[in-house]
Amino acid sequence: MAADLTSLTLDALSKSDEPILSTEVFPSTPSLSVKSALDRLGSRHMVEYETIDKEIVVLTKEGEEIVANGSHEAKVFEAVVAAVEGLKISDLPGIVGKENASIGQGNAFKRGWIKKDKDTLRATTDKIVDETQAQLLNVKQTQNVSDKKTLTDLKRRKLVTIQKVISFKISKGPKYANEFVKEETDLTAEMLQNGSWKTAHFKPYNFKAKGAPTPSGALHPLNKVKQEFRNIFFEMGFEEMPTNRFVETGFWNFDALYVPQQHPARDLQDTFYISDPPTADPPREDPPNDPHVPKRALQSTNAEKKLDYQEYWDNVRQVHENGKYGSIGYRYPWSAEESLRLVLRTHTTSVSTYMLHKLAANPRPARYFSIDRVFRNEAVDATHLAEFHQIEGVIADFGLTLGGLIGFMEVFFAKMGIHQLRFKPAYNPYTEPSMEIFGYHEGLGKWVEIGNSGMFRPEMLEPMGLPKNMQVYGWGLSLERPTMIKYAVSNIRELLGHKVDLNFIETNPAVRLEKE
Amino acid sequence: MPTISVDKAALFKELGRDYTTEEFDELCFEFGIELDEDTTNSDRPIVDGKQEPPQLKIEIPANRYDLLCFEGISLMLNIFLGRKPLPNYRLVEPAGGELQKIIVKEDTMKIRPLVSGAILRNVTFDKARYESFIALQDKLHQNLARQRTLVAIGTHDLDTLQGPFTYEALPPKDIRFRPLNQTQEMNGEELMAFYDKDKNLGKYLHIIRDSPVYPVIYDSKRTVCSLPPIINGDHSKITLNTKNIFIEITALDKTKVEIVNKMMVTMFSQYTTEPFTIEPVQIVSEHNNETRITPDIAPRTAQAEVSYLNQCCGLELSQQEICDLLKKMAYEATPSASPDLVDVHIPPTRADILHQADIMEDVAIAYGFNKLPRSFPSKSGTVAQPLPINKLSDIVRVEAAMAGWSEVLPLILCSHDENFGWLNRKDDGNTAVKLANPKTQEFQVVRTSLLPGLLKTIRENKHHTVPMKIFEVSDVAFKDLSLERKSRNERHFAAAWYGKTSGFEVVHGLLDRVMSMLKSAFLTGEEGLENPQVNDSHYWIEELDNSTYFPGHAASVHVRIGGKDITIGSFGILHPTVLENYEMKYPVSTLEINIEAFL
Repeated sequence: MAADLTSLTLDALSKSDEPILSTEVFPSTPSLSVKSALDRLGSRHMVEYETIDKEIVVLTKEGEEIVANGSHEAKVFEAVVAAVEGLKISDLPGIVGKENASIGQGNAFKRGWIKKDKDTLRATTDKIVDETQAQLLNVKQTQNVSDKKTLTDLKRRKLVTIQKVISFKISKGPKYANEFVKEETDLTAEMLQNGSWKTAHFKPYNFKAKGAPTPSGALHPLNKVKQEFRNIFFEMGFEEMPTNRFVETGFWNFDALYVPQQHPARDLQDTFYISDPPTADPPREDPPNDPHVPKRALQSTNAEKKLDYQEYWDNVRQVHENGKYGSIGYRYPWSAEESLRLVLRTHTTSVSTYMLHKLAANPRPARYFSIDRVFRNEAVDATHLAEFHQIEGVIADFGLTLGGLIGFMEVFFAKMGIHQLRFKPAYNPYTEPSMEIFGYHEGLGKWVEIGNSGMFRPEMLEPMGLPKNMQVYGWGLSLERPTMIKYAVSNIRELLGHKVDLNFIETNPAVRLEKE
Repeated sequence: MPTISVDKAALFKELGRDYTTEEFDELCFEFGIELDEDTTNSDRPIVDGKQEPPQLKIEIPANRYDLLCFEGISLMLNIFLGRKPLPNYRLVEPAGGELQKIIVKEDTMKIRPLVSGAILRNVTFDKARYESFIALQDKLHQNLARQRTLVAIGTHDLDTLQGPFTYEALPPKDIRFRPLNQTQEMNGEELMAFYDKDKNLGKYLHIIRDSPVYPVIYDSKRTVCSLPPIINGDHSKITLNTKNIFIEITALDKTKVEIVNKMMVTMFSQYTTEPFTIEPVQIVSEHNNETRITPDIAPRTAQAEVSYLNQCCGLELSQQEICDLLKKMAYEATPSASPDLVDVHIPPTRADILHQADIMEDVAIAYGFNKLPRSFPSKSGTVAQPLPINKLSDIVRVEAAMAGWSEVLPLILCSHDENFGWLNRKDDGNTAVKLANPKTQEFQVVRTSLLPGLLKTIRENKHHTVPMKIFEVSDVAFKDLSLERKSRNERHFAAAWYGKTSGFEVVHGLLDRVMSMLKSAFLTGEEGLENPQVNDSHYWIEELDNSTYFPGHAASVHVRIGGKDITIGSFGILHPTVLENYEMKYPVSTLEINIEAFL
């Protein structure tokens, strides 16, 4: 069709020395098709054209009806004349129709064609001139109404409407030719072989359009951010912890972290408990030869001490119940049964605890991290899901200071593009001191809480058998929160879970946390 | 964390100056509480025809029970600012010398064995003080007392009662009194029915409801003071005109009952004619060796090591400097004879201090967290390494994405039906980990397959063009009674195709691609399983009859690694009934394998 139009246009121009009007040459072709043909010719400088926007007046269906059969008032007049004895008003709609009756009666009065005699209409003249019909006939022929007031009136009466018409004034261009030369769209192997590329005309490439979409897979945006965090940890010498363990015991998730058994976090309202399987075993040595345990890259010269799990269990009980290691304890009857309840881990700090206990076999400087799913029995809303990812870091070393933790956080967060931090004293059952980390968010222009940190309590570390002069930093943040801030996602369900939009996954750009 | 509201003007008056919101926020930040909201510029509710004056809403750390009321916050901030010394709390015996007694009957052992008490004499209440007094009890009940289960407080106008008191446990029918603000007398059983639907008290009834005996406190004339932990009697209720307050506290927890007592008396003894005096109460409880005089408000003495405090804070403070800093945190501290020690008196208000680590933190707060000398811990070198299973997962993830599939991240918890019935799978009772207390049906089990998440993702993405090609590499969990935690995770790779055609071969092709990237060779029937050319690792598939899949269009996936044969998963066209369960219009083919064999 478009190809036909281009040659039709060239033909039409060849027969005329004057510019031609598209509405005259192609009266019934949609203007979009005409334009695309003209653009093809125009891009080759074969024609030039200007666009003319014109408004025309056209009749509505009702207007057409009047042109064909007369106006409402004329119909009323005819009906009245036809009734020799005058026409009862109530009979009028039955004869001319309801619409004609209501509109036409008023107009016929106005024009003085009829008069009212009690309940009867009588004609006052023999002959009338149907001006409305004449007017509309004129509109139909000229597509124009010269008098503005008349136009407004006709529009109000819904007899005419205004239509926009685009036409093109077309003239010959500098490279006008009678025929449209065949153009190649692409360079092909065949053309290379037969040499036709040398003489072929190539269709100009449209540099304003996008290329062909490339079929592509995608990694999930949240996992891309996760990978950035993993890289930061790797850059800073951290070993990844075995967090592939969703089900934990009360012991590892709470008791070993010195979270008292009446702590609100252990409520049914906050923690998912497991009904099946019913209960755990006390802590014990791991099965041997677990393929999940990485081979240690740095072999230690010290001998490994054998860990005594019974002793650890007893130490934890004592430090809760009566106090130990210089602590007065929480002083409540500690329940072994509570400790053996199975839970979905509420934090990955349970795994950090497990790793620190292992470290007690050979206490040495260590840096551990993990980023994995945790579970909270929360009511789901725009910022809370029952599952999210926790980023957790742990540094164990001798003689660590609080200023060192602050200094470390400055480097850690600088690597993700946050350069101003401040620290608020906070409370956490397993860290003392505890610090909430606030970062200055340039975009939001305010301080936002970005994580929690602290030094693990002696009541958590010493029962494991770690020496008193070894301090351990721990800090954590959620993966979702910084990601939501970064991508201005306001609903966590748009980021994690089955309701995430696949288009969002597929079009989300690469992540570079250090760049704003 | 609890949030409490305090009157802004009143607090600033106590603190001796006005603060801008930013200044007060800064003060809170340094002290370790958090200004949540200053309501000065917000729409405040109108109470009794008057608009509520501006409030400060402050978040309190969960272990600072001494900051749960106006009195505590203003006192502790004043001490922190150096404007006030720590009060000298004193026990003062009554004029006659004879203490009020609470005599405990042995039957209370059956329901709520512990009681503590105290008396505040010549208190002057006004509306604000009275409201704060009630609010503190409420906050203590919510937090430390775990919704009144562990501890419950009753406060009474002592002048309406006649000691000695008895703490008893009686059958509900035998207890009869008019509860607080009620017009009718009722017995214990009637009371349970009466408050059953009450939106404030209804939630506490379960604590004693089914017990054959209910705890009750009587005065010597058999007036019921309270039926803990539910409600007090109306007879002895506190009013703005009450002068002498009798506080009784019943409990299951020996430590917490005394903490609550100390909080009540330290916070409100400042309103007695002679501020900070408390009249003790004698508890007579021979059967469980709990006879004693309460409250014990003597400061606890402890020692802290100067070297430990300095080392952890990264400071070099002298004994005296440490003592001065501790004073700001409401301690009384003096240098000890030993140069490495300071003697610390921990006031009765500081129930949160368990270890010298807590004292160390207070030194750091008093010094200022943000003023501490910053360093970078760099003296020890450590070696970074990824978890092997995560490294393996990343290989599979990247290969699948490079092959044109999109990674999704559904939830790990799902409904029982999604995991079993909807996939035409039967629950044999030995497979899935089940949750005891989910809030919704969506979270009944830990998934044992990645398929429910993939299918739900497709269901929610019907607006997307077809075909949809999605995958996930993540953990499922299984029951495993041989392990300490009775369960284990397993890392799976799963993919799903959704389109106008089944995509069976496409999913098969994805398996081939991933296998070849994992250096596992495909074995066809012709090559045979015994082919010595394919050593190390190889895989093959066998036709599978499984109700999840469309008959004749499913296969199991097998690998032989190190001479061992393992079935690692399956793929196929999903059965049309599965598609119907998941509201799929088009055919779906899925693949799911356990990748742990490749570790």
